[in-house]
Amino acid sequence: MEFIQDLLTYGFLQKALITSIMVGIICGIIGSFIVLRGMALMGDAISHAVLPGVAISYMLGISYFYGAVFTGVLTAFSIGAISQNSRIKNDSSIGIVFSAFFALGIILITQAKSATDLTQILFGNVLSVRSSDMWLTLIVGAIVILVVVLFFKELLVSSFDETMAAAYGLKTRLIHYAIMFLLTLVTVASLQTVGVILVVSLLITPASTAYLLTNRLSVMVVLAAFFGALSSITGLYFSFLYNMPSGPVIALTATAIFMLAFLFSPKQGIVVGMFRKKFKRKSITGATN
Amino acid sequence: MIHPITVNNISVSYDGHEVVKDVSFSFGSGSLIGVLGPNGAGKSTLMKAMLGLIHKDHGEVKIGSETVDSMRKKIAYVPQRSNIDWNFPIVVKDTVLLGTYPKIGLLRRPRKADKEWAMECLRQVGMESFANRQIGELSGGQQQRVFLARALAQKADYFFLDEPFVGIDVSSEEIIIGILREMQANGKVIFVVHHDLSKVKKYFDGLILINKELIDAGPTNKVFQSSNMAKAYNREFMIDGLEVSM
Repeated sequence: MEFIQDLLTYGFLQKALITSIMVGIICGIIGSFIVLRGMALMGDAISHAVLPGVAISYMLGISYFYGAVFTGVLTAFSIGAISQNSRIKNDSSIGIVFSAFFALGIILITQAKSATDLTQILFGNVLSVRSSDMWLTLIVGAIVILVVVLFFKELLVSSFDETMAAAYGLKTRLIHYAIMFLLTLVTVASLQTVGVILVVSLLITPASTAYLLTNRLSVMVVLAAFFGALSSITGLYFSFLYNMPSGPVIALTATAIFMLAFLFSPKQGIVVGMFRKKFKRKSITGATN
Repeated sequence: MIHPITVNNISVSYDGHEVVKDVSFSFGSGSLIGVLGPNGAGKSTLMKAMLGLIHKDHGEVKIGSETVDSMRKKIAYVPQRSNIDWNFPIVVKDTVLLGTYPKIGLLRRPRKADKEWAMECLRQVGMESFANRQIGELSGGQQQRVFLARALAQKADYFFLDEPFVGIDVSSEEIIIGILREMQANGKVIFVVHHDLSKVKKYFDGLILINKELIDAGPTNKVFQSSNMAKAYNREFMIDGLEVSM
């Protein structure tokens, strides 16, 4: 209750709330496609690889948005280039590229001695969200939602059966890089809320939770967005009341929701599955009697 | 108008090894063609190369006088079952509905008529009562029938099926071959990657026999000879009923 009072009182808290809800939503949406395409590691890679871009932007005195998007996209292309032009497998080329970018980012950040502290970029500080950050997040959110709504059909078919999609003439490689680009935008928009290190949790965990609960992609995307938003609001709450870094709280909340689905999902849940087995056994013995 | 498909000198290599070597053939309207050969003969690779899904070293594919790229909306492809993620969050009727996507085009959604057409295709393969099941809850034969329904939904003229008869039950196989026969009677051109030699004569009126390079292609009676088979499979072959003329 006190929290709601404060929300109404403090402008910075309102900005933080709006931003974290949007971040949760778009991470859930893009995360759904990342999970289904088996690109979880790619999500982790892109989020780490925006770091040098952030550093360079500070040095040049431009918005961190440009630099981050640049290095994010560069990472996606570098990974593609290595795995397509050598015998190195995709997951290894992801490991090679993103660790290099991340390392470079850390060196640049410490050299830049920027006003923004490294921990804040790494772990997020949702309370430091400024108006410009909020608008950036809202614009990115609008783009992501618009693209996914407009091209939902193409995203669905190319995620499910890429060969069929290519056979009827969809540009599946273009779709892959478009998703990488959206992923980069989402990562950049999430920087302040969850931080570089834990963006992957908001990308993968809510989407995986949703994956356990439905047999329809559209429902999965909506559920993932909902769980994402719920996680980031909780992150904000604890961050404000107990002065905790928002990223880790968000990650743990997302995990708690996932555990609930993992144990109790009607179709996939472990506990439900055990009950069902027991019930089955009973009904079988009942039948023989 | 359904045109003949002509393949001229296709070669494909992986890591410097040629896996399909200078393959040429041509089949006209109303053909049901088996693509035959031992494991690793490059059957699926040939099919993917024909569709322009993988890089060709050289060679070309023509449909009538057109390129494959300009005819894509007329082409339906059914992948090997093992290439599909059966845990994907999609139900049977929506899987078939994917077949209507090429004609719907960008920025538009499937309408009621598209959904009804998808259900009609599902009825043709006898799977309408499974419409709301998640695709992983089906048997192999049922899954294959759903994917055939998706191909039907595409209203295509040229069909490419990669190993549709692997690991499926007898009744599904009969339903599928019945539909393929009907499509053939309607003038469609259908390529089927296949490896069960016992039913070759019964199923296909044309054959492409390969083992990296083309052994022979043409009418089944001409291609399905002991000498050809021995060449393809590198061993002696006795083909039951080979002497029986069709």
